[in-house]
Amino acid sequence: MKRKNVTRVAALTLAGLMAAGSLAGCGESSSQGGSTGGDAKKGKVYYLNFKPEQDAAWQDLAAKYTEETGVQVTVKTAAEGTYEQTLTAEMDKSEAPTLFQVNGPVGLANWKDYCEDLSKSDIYSQLTSQDYGLKDGDAVYGVGYVIETYGIIYNKTLLQKYCDSDFATVKSIDEINSFEKLKTVADEIQANKEALGVDGAFTSAGMEASSDWRFKTHLANLPIYFEYKDEGISSTDAIKGTYLDNYKNIFDLYITDSTCKGSDLANKTGSDAETEFATGKAVFYQNGTWEYGMLTGKDPKSTFEMTDDQLGMLPVYIGVGDEAKQGLCTGCENYWCVNKDASEDDKAATLDFMNWCVTSEVGTTALADDMGFVIPFKAAKEATNVFVKLDNELTANGKTPVSWNFTTMPSENWKNGVGTALTQYAAGTGEWDDVVKAFVDGWKTEYAAANAG
Amino acid sequence: MFGKGAASLPFLVKKERQMIMFKKRARKIYSLIFVLPTLAAFIIGFVYPFFNGIYLSFCKFKTTSNATFVGFDNYIQAFQNEGFLRSFWFTALFVVVSVILINLIAFFVAYVLTLGIRGSNVFRTIFFMPNLVGGIILGYIWQLIFNGILQNFGSNIELDATYGFWGLVILMCWQQAGYMMIIYIAGFQSVPADLYEAARIDGAGKKQVLTSVTLPMMMPSITICTFLTLTNSFKLFDQNLALTNGAPGVVSSSGTMVYQTEMMALNIYKTFYANQNSRGVGQAEGVIFFVLVVVIALAQLYFTRRKEVQQ
Repeated sequence: MKRKNVTRVAALTLAGLMAAGSLAGCGESSSQGGSTGGDAKKGKVYYLNFKPEQDAAWQDLAAKYTEETGVQVTVKTAAEGTYEQTLTAEMDKSEAPTLFQVNGPVGLANWKDYCEDLSKSDIYSQLTSQDYGLKDGDAVYGVGYVIETYGIIYNKTLLQKYCDSDFATVKSIDEINSFEKLKTVADEIQANKEALGVDGAFTSAGMEASSDWRFKTHLANLPIYFEYKDEGISSTDAIKGTYLDNYKNIFDLYITDSTCKGSDLANKTGSDAETEFATGKAVFYQNGTWEYGMLTGKDPKSTFEMTDDQLGMLPVYIGVGDEAKQGLCTGCENYWCVNKDASEDDKAATLDFMNWCVTSEVGTTALADDMGFVIPFKAAKEATNVFVKLDNELTANGKTPVSWNFTTMPSENWKNGVGTALTQYAAGTGEWDDVVKAFVDGWKTEYAAANAG
Repeated sequence: MFGKGAASLPFLVKKERQMIMFKKRARKIYSLIFVLPTLAAFIIGFVYPFFNGIYLSFCKFKTTSNATFVGFDNYIQAFQNEGFLRSFWFTALFVVVSVILINLIAFFVAYVLTLGIRGSNVFRTIFFMPNLVGGIILGYIWQLIFNGILQNFGSNIELDATYGFWGLVILMCWQQAGYMMIIYIAGFQSVPADLYEAARIDGAGKKQVLTSVTLPMMMPSITICTFLTLTNSFKLFDQNLALTNGAPGVVSSSGTMVYQTEMMALNIYKTFYANQNSRGVGQAEGVIFFVLVVVIALAQLYFTRRKEVQQ
């Protein structure tokens, strides 16, 4: 009898707890709204970070902020290439991210309903140029927080070695200022790879997911940039593909003067190319400022030890326009957005945190040194990143930076289609015509699908 | 304990009888309480998402808590999606080939391992082991193996749909055959020895024993195994994602890429994330997929069950 009572009590308690638990779960979401202004001290920050390379640095910075202010900051990072998926899932939770990222106008169209207008915020007023705000009408839904640059990274030591050789027609690195010259250099390096001790002129143009964005997105920016420039537009519902032949020429160069066969590219990864470059097996490597930490070993995950004087970056020449004046590709695809649906306290805390990151000594130092970012804010620290310095130098010398227009690509699906077509073209199982079709016709179809209704 | 109490019921005095009735009722309440956690989990984890999912397939949405009803739009778009239709035929072909191959291999291995040869248990364990490895890992491991071979011929599993198809079949056979083998072994062992003896006395040959004794007696195992392989193959996702990710693709007339080795589940996943308007379409494809799997699985159960015999 006694034992039964115990079980009964236990069972009832358990059932009671469960019911209480589920009720509490339902009640939580009703606490938002109401108060205006919000108390930042009571709020908390949940930042869903886009850049896996900087995860450790963000965790560190968040901890410092919590130590200084007592406000809880959670940083989570989505795995490479899964930001959209992770964000979709996280936004559905009752504890949704208060701070997240979109990559530009197309990304914003996706998440606009969830973005707080930042036009009155402190952080927006801290921008060096209001152009870094992501606007829709009068509202500012995103604030670009990092400016990045990409181009063709080269190994200065090896390229100098080429210039000093008797087979070299180009005798100085400074002479490389057009697609023609670049092709000559690459072809000659490829023909004399044994003499130079390399496996190829270019690192493998890997088409695996960790690397294919270098070609389907970043390289594809160039024909889009020149077409937009011709037409005087900043986005389009149907691309003409005027410069796709030039796109083909540069891609051909990448896959012919390469460390490996075209059919091997389908499975070559980002770290394959990184390793080839950092270990001196290739001279050229298309990538950006964010690679600096890995190549020099400043990133704790890296085992490479390249030095600043070994590294240089060339503009991506594709043989269009005034190439002597062409600069590196510089732009922003990282915009901070604040979740409109977060509680007022959380929103206030988030805005404070963002502002602290770009104005405080600790924040700006971490962004510049630990993450290697150039941030477009008034209080920004000068970055130690050699590629960034180079970009500033080129711009100062009168070169025109190529802007980032890939943020206007219609959808992920479009990028994947072009990527697959490129992979098959590189392997010889597909035709260039398919790349053109996926590029031009696919753009139109995808744009229509993404913007219907 | 309860049975004993009930049997002695007529000899009990009224008060005691009432006590037992009370206990009986209490037992009912207890059982309800104890079933509650599982029931709650089932409702939260299955019933609610299932119906919510069906509702969402009629909506345009970004996050599930923020949906607008659009009627049958998503279903119309789903049926116009070339990739989805292509993935259906690819999946159907894959299912036919893999169900037949997996079951033949598993049946044969089970037969050999019930003959009583030395080391049978070791072999059973080894054959079963691939089943314990996760699909994504398996996919990547086999990708390395296939590419290791194919690169000698200047090719790659992502470049040729034929390689991709057979790659998937080989992978699935390797993974699933061991599990089905265990079920078949149990089936073999449940056939009574006296049936074989009787058949032999009646002068049945080896072939006749197989078709008239073993196979009919094994029908329950065959039902289970075909059901499992059929639904597993139909719903295949991880292995598909890791091994080929749908590649290679063919550009359709509209400029969209139609992936050649993409199975239905993977296509649904990709459609869901294709662009800002495609979540609902992906959801609608998911519902169509569910109906399809249920219909095919029930049909299969009906047909194989009919062949089962009572022991």
